[in-house]
Order: sequence, then structure tokens, then C-alpha cells
Amino acid sequence: MSLWEYANPRRFMRLTDVVLPWSAAGAALLMAVGLIWGFFFTPDEVQQGSTVKIIFIHVPAAMLAINAWFMMLVTSLVWLVRRHHVSALAAKAAAPVGVTMTLIALFTGAIWGEPMWGTYWAWDPRLTSFMILFVFYLGYIALWAAIEDADTAADLTSILCIVGSVFAFLSRYAVMFWNQGLHQGESLSLDKKQHVADVFSTPLYVSIAGFILFFIALVLLRTRTEIRARRISALIARERQEAA
Amino acid sequence: MPDLGKYTDTVLGAYAVALILIAVLTVQSLLKAAKVKRTLSQTEKRRQKNGKQRG
Repeated sequence: MSLWEYANPRRFMRLTDVVLPWSAAGAALLMAVGLIWGFFFTPDEVQQGSTVKIIFIHVPAAMLAINAWFMMLVTSLVWLVRRHHVSALAAKAAAPVGVTMTLIALFTGAIWGEPMWGTYWAWDPRLTSFMILFVFYLGYIALWAAIEDADTAADLTSILCIVGSVFAFLSRYAVMFWNQGLHQGESLSLDKKQHVADVFSTPLYVSIAGFILFFIALVLLRTRTEIRARRISALIARERQEAA
Repeated sequence: MPDLGKYTDTVLGAYAVALILIAVLTVQSLLKAAKVKRTLSQTEKRRQKNGKQRG
């Protein structure tokens, strides 16, 4: 069976009938375990004290903020090339989840930054590109809401998504390009000097897995909602035609 | 509750903001899903009824 067959709304709904409850349950379990483990059962860090516990929400949220945009980029490209409606609706469904994750990353980063850097905000390369990504998310959502014709909205938002990918890419790699700025390098790295200690990384991996499943569950739920909303619009349009 | 020392407000504030935003997003998604599902069901029933009346 080809992946493209799930572009058929009926097949997508049948598949997600099964996948959605499992991903939601997995998300609830892993997020609870990761966050409870991280909050209650990890020690203070030598330099950061108890603020290190913020890592268990900040890093997964930041990772999803960026990767949600990349997921939207892929589904937008699928829409532009193959005109599968489900893929355009999946991109639309992912945006509110992505913007929430970006907001969480910005808030928790600012709250964490104050005691560590002495300021809530700095025009650091990573922070700035994250802020621009947040604005792109808002613009993307606003554009979907502003255009009545669904296919035109999908076309224009797809183009916006491609442009915004530059900032998603910068948010991910800014700390590698520029050495100036307050934000440290990657928390999870193959480089042992940079990588966080195992006592923090294990619950962090659990939390990240939980956030990923949470993202999957919400995007599936919201895509199903968008498919149903599209069906309602089609039925109402047909009723009007028949009545005329 | 672990002893968070002088950073109690910072850590609790970060968790509170994150958990509230996650809860709001989840509840909003579930409510919208339920509303749209109900509306679709009503629309399909209405169409079936109208179709039978015409037939």
C-alpha cells in the first residue's frame, strides 16, 4: 500500500481512528513520566541550581516549535506538487500546535534566562530567529483565516511556509553559525562536553518522546476536524445548489 | 514538593505557563472537534431527511 493512499480522507479517517487513541495515551503517559521524573527526581545542577528543571519543558517545546514548521513545510510541498487536500489540512492543523510550542519555548526561555543571564530577553541569534518564527506562525494562521477559498488559502499559506522555513532553519542552527549570543549550544549532542549529564538526559528523552506523541495526537485530531469541517462546507454548498 | 531554593518562583512559573498553554490547546482542540463532529452529523441527517422527502 502506498503512503499516498492516506491522502484519501476516508482512508485517513479510518487509519487515525486507530492511531489517535494510542498516540494520545502514549503522550499522556510519557509526558507525565518525563515531567514528574524531571521535576521531582532530578538533582540541582551546580551552576544553574534548580532552574535546570525547566529543561524538561523548554527543550521539547523548542524542538517541536521548529519541527512542526518543517512538518508543515513537507505537507505544504505535497499540497503544491500533488494537490492532496489532506496534506494542506494537516499543515493548517499543525500551526496552532506549533505556535503554542513556540510560545512555551519563548516564555520558559525568558523565565529561565533572567536568573541565568540577568535578563529575560536579548537579541541573541537563536532568540531572535525564534521570535521571527513565532511571527511567521501567527501570519500563517491569520492567512488561513483571512482567505475564504480553501484552495487559494492552501496555496498562499504553502508559499508563506516555504519562506518561513528559513527562520525555522535558523532557529535550529543559529547557535552553530554564530558564536556570539547568550544561548548555549545544543543540550542533546553527540559531543560529550556539550551533552547534558545522564541524570538529566534520560528524563529529558522521555519528555521529548511525550511531547512528540502529543504533537502527533493533536495534529491528527485537528486534521480530522478540518476534514469534517471541509465536508460540512461541501454539503452546505450542495444544499444551496439544489435549492436554487 | 522538591526544595527549589531561591528559584522556586522561576521554576514553578515556567511549569505553570507551559502546562496552562498545553491544557488550553488540548481543551480547545477537543471542544472544536466535538462541535464539528456534531454539526456534520446534523448536516448529514438533514440531507438524508430532505432526500427522502424529495424521493
